[in-house]
Amino acid sequence: MLQGKKVIAVGERDGISGPAIAACAKAAGADVVFVATECFV
Amino acid sequence: MDLQSQEAILKASQTHDKADLVVLLGSPDPESATIAAETVVEGDPSYAGALAGAQLGLLTYHVLEEEVHADIPDDVWEEQIGVMADVLEADALAETVAGFRNRS
Repeated sequence: MLQGKKVIAVGERDGISGPAIAACAKAAGADVVFVATECFV
Repeated sequence: MDLQSQEAILKASQTHDKADLVVLLGSPDPESATIAAETVVEGDPSYAGALAGAQLGLLTYHVLEEEVHADIPDDVWEEQIGVMADVLEADALAETVAGFRNRS
């Protein structure tokens, strides 16, 4: 599903971080085009 | 969602084919997942950022959804997600984000 896709990784501080999502997406063959870790208040 | 993130996502949607884009969320609860998914699918609900009124309709998943997990090698999943997959309510998060996919 992620192979060859352009991924926007929007993580969250209290959940799963952007870099962790990005690492997963890259390992699945996706190209990560944006990474952020939000702080939802 | 952060204003800078909204600007970057809008830019990404303009520079890449939208059909190739997938948004992966790491929200900790359904409330924040709703806001994040709504922002990238229907536009910023707070009308504060670049995505206000922008109905991008981007394909969006929570990273804990089974369809995403199935794509990620087990060793990477354990290293990057690990215990958070057990701590967070994956089913509720999946249901929340899937609801936005079905709308778009």
